[in-house]
Amino acid sequence: MLGKLTLSAIPYDVPILVGTFIGVAVIGIAVLAAVTYFKKWGYLWREWLTTVDHKKLAVMYVILGLVMLVRGFADAVMMRTQLALAYAGNPGYLPPHHYDQVFSAHGTIMIFFMAMVIMQALFNFVVPLQIGARDVAFPLINSISFYMTLVSAILINISLFVGEFSNVGWLGYPPVSELQFNPGVGVDYYIWSVQISGIGTLLTAVNFITTIVKLRAPGMKWMHMPVFTWTAFFSCIMILTTFPVLTVSMALLALDRYVGMHFFTNDGGGSVMLYLNLIWSWGHPEVYILILPAFGVFSEIAATFSGKPLFGYATMVIATGIITFLGSIVWVHHFFTMGAGADVNTFFGIMTMFIAVPTGVKIFNWLFTMYKGRVRFEGPMNWIVGFMITFSIGGMTGVMMAMPAADWVIHNSLFLVAHFHNVIIGGVFFGYVAGLSYWFPKVFGFKMRDVWGKWAFRFWFVGFYVSFMPLYVVGLEGMTRRMNHYDNPNWHPWLLVACVGVFILAAGVACQVIQFVLAAFDAVNKKPDALDLTGDNWGSGRTLEWSLPSPVPHYNFARLPVVRGLDTFHIEKELGRPAPLAELEPIHMPKYSAVGPVLGACALVIGFALVWHIWWAVIAGLVVSFFTVVHRSANLDIDFYVPVEEIRADEEAFAKRLAAAQAAE
Amino acid sequence: MKRLWRFFPALPALMLSGCTVDLLQPAGPIGEGNRDMMVLEWAVMMCVVVPVIIATLIFAWKYRASNEKAEYLRNWSHSNKIEVFIWGVPILIILVLSGFNYWSTHYYDPYKPISKEMLAKVGAPNAKPLRVEVVSLDWKWLFIYPDLGIATINELDVPTKTPLDFRITSDSVMTSFFIPQLGSQIYSMAGMETQLHLLASRPGNYQGEAAQYTGPGFSDMRFRTIAMPQEQFEAWVQSVHNTENPFVAKEALDAQTYPKYQAPPAVSNEVAPKPAPVLYFSNVQSGLFESIVAKYNVGNNAHGKDSKPMGDMPMDTHSDSQMAAPSNTGM
Repeated sequence: MLGKLTLSAIPYDVPILVGTFIGVAVIGIAVLAAVTYFKKWGYLWREWLTTVDHKKLAVMYVILGLVMLVRGFADAVMMRTQLALAYAGNPGYLPPHHYDQVFSAHGTIMIFFMAMVIMQALFNFVVPLQIGARDVAFPLINSISFYMTLVSAILINISLFVGEFSNVGWLGYPPVSELQFNPGVGVDYYIWSVQISGIGTLLTAVNFITTIVKLRAPGMKWMHMPVFTWTAFFSCIMILTTFPVLTVSMALLALDRYVGMHFFTNDGGGSVMLYLNLIWSWGHPEVYILILPAFGVFSEIAATFSGKPLFGYATMVIATGIITFLGSIVWVHHFFTMGAGADVNTFFGIMTMFIAVPTGVKIFNWLFTMYKGRVRFEGPMNWIVGFMITFSIGGMTGVMMAMPAADWVIHNSLFLVAHFHNVIIGGVFFGYVAGLSYWFPKVFGFKMRDVWGKWAFRFWFVGFYVSFMPLYVVGLEGMTRRMNHYDNPNWHPWLLVACVGVFILAAGVACQVIQFVLAAFDAVNKKPDALDLTGDNWGSGRTLEWSLPSPVPHYNFARLPVVRGLDTFHIEKELGRPAPLAELEPIHMPKYSAVGPVLGACALVIGFALVWHIWWAVIAGLVVSFFTVVHRSANLDIDFYVPVEEIRADEEAFAKRLAAAQAAE
Repeated sequence: MKRLWRFFPALPALMLSGCTVDLLQPAGPIGEGNRDMMVLEWAVMMCVVVPVIIATLIFAWKYRASNEKAEYLRNWSHSNKIEVFIWGVPILIILVLSGFNYWSTHYYDPYKPISKEMLAKVGAPNAKPLRVEVVSLDWKWLFIYPDLGIATINELDVPTKTPLDFRITSDSVMTSFFIPQLGSQIYSMAGMETQLHLLASRPGNYQGEAAQYTGPGFSDMRFRTIAMPQEQFEAWVQSVHNTENPFVAKEALDAQTYPKYQAPPAVSNEVAPKPAPVLYFSNVQSGLFESIVAKYNVGNNAHGKDSKPMGDMPMDTHSDSQMAAPSNTGM
């Protein structure tokens, strides 16, 4: 009846997990009780859970991403404390069985369920507003994307309390991930979480490519698109070309594990080399999928806070395109140590080095955006300066690893770990956090307290160096990654320093949490100076989203904007807004739908049932999904028109707020 | 270029303590090559990174909004001169590094025997190579010396100033064979043979490790690499034949006894598996390495030559139906 699932799968004898479970249960019950007490279930279902509005989906993505950031960060704290303790005969507090799951979960969560999720939040919120669209091309599919991401994150967290998670790292290298060496359900949780979230990501890419190609406002030529939209576009192209490879690799691994095939096994003609090539021909583009939108965020922020247009817009777009291309043909640099011939290694090494060219160009572009500007160091701008310093160092160590003759000794070492945290924290994470604080007032209509953002930045900046510079050193001392304990006296002091660093980072996370809590507090109390009345919160917004009221009405644009060039809103502020050409018309919008949550629930059941071999539940999930889709296809009541009166009322209210804001100045 | 590494102590690592930074203080020409490449790239890249960081800080300070005196070009966003500079400089640097990349990848290719040049440099122009066959197991290392007929577990004894020709395979999961102070690492993969050529130029006791995660016993999957002068090495080989030596196994390593040593230790969820103790074998069946490679290829050696499959070799101790698939993989 329940497949492989028995009571013994519940790890009630592991105190850390029981404690975590109690914590999660208490918080969960408190939230559910609060929703019930305030009678908000109906509101939650009608306005949020069934929404197809890209802005509300973005908010839900952010919440998911931040919750998973805390989860992934807790894993990081456990790893660093374990390695600070587990020296010279002390086994530490995490035996390999547990520790190996912790580092696997940390990587999987931070990439798939933190970075990818916050990236999709930014796509969702910003892209349609920047190009003057009223929603994405396929709003319902957007909702389905979100639910696929959500349930795969839930699935990975279920593995904490039911069974176990994968113990073989975030990429699940065979043969150690094969059934022969890994008979538990951990790897299965990994496979199905990644597969389900992959569906969501792929649908997001399809959606946003279509949106950007088809739904740009009248007059917006390709070279009028804001840089963030460009980077989102290239990032989606990479998703579209590489995520299917991930899906196939996972499917083949699943076939090995579930029906005894031999794609990646030691014997029967399987080859681990095949898996490495497949997974990295997704895995390397993946890091560019993540970093390109961060580059986009930096480009927007640098221009806004320097009071100047972005330096070298065309160069920026070209450089992004070159990175997209080069990023797809460098995957072999992840295994120069596999024994490939010198010519193959040289080709991939040199291609990798050449990525430093367009990336370096971008750094110079931001530098010259600040040059002869009036740079205002409000919260978001801090992260850029921190990024440019940190990312330059990370890029340098990246080029070092691109030379096979050097990589042969630093491959898989903590030098590598330090390098990719250097670019992922210093690039992706700094970028996304800067983006969140930059667009936060646009999303909610009120501001966050900048001072907490600045403190968060300071702790993250210093904490990063204290945590990861020591890892470069132990990497040079020959320490390989994923060790659980060690007895090398040279390593110990550095790992103690790194452990201190993780607590400095924790202070940064705490500041961010406080910043959000205080912002919510200010909003509830309607603190007057926290309100964003004009919609152009930073006073120097250049792109279309800043022309809209904050928060943005559900139909985004009362009248579709007419685009006259790059940085449309800036042009309008300079030359004056053209008088509206047409009268207001009713706006055609999609209705909210329960299809997303229903399909999500089915995917969760299917994923969980696949992990535990509960076949009847898999079939039931598939059948319900199928009929949900059929029912939706036959449903003609899926849209409505926003009446002109409502739009006019919104416009007048905004005009009044603008006038009041101007009078106050 | 060879002198560049002297500047590297700028890293706090060396300033803080007199301890060994394995990759910066290598004990052989391959390791020195790895280090020189690393330091060279570091030095070249610093020529860009340092100015960029300084410029970032200067621009951020000079053009801060409160500095009304600084020039403000509110619509300036293009300059051909700057564009040429920002594309030109990185391309130039990468072109230079690409040249080094091509040269070093070929010169230090792990598959290439230690060159005459390197041998001359360590003062042993005519040294004959020592062949060592390496098998990674759960969670230990087996080293077979085919020319000497001996083998060891978790300890690699080698003569200095002698080229070391490693042939590497795995009889378990994939991992990476790595002795940081000697230089380059190479993966070990079941059913396949990879190669690595190293040389220890001075005596020492170096850490050796599995540099790719292998399962619960991964952290203890380590070995000491003891490099000693030729005479001492010969004496050590003699000691392996001495039955009084407590490290020497009482039996030969052959098809019958191999599974016992290959078997993984007991695994529990609460503690790490016990590390395997050092063990010497004074007698090893010839062709053992080839048969370990062959058993994943339905009896055929991966190379098609030197094939000495042992008919009575047990297939695998891990699981059932290992040999289901029909024929050679062609690898």
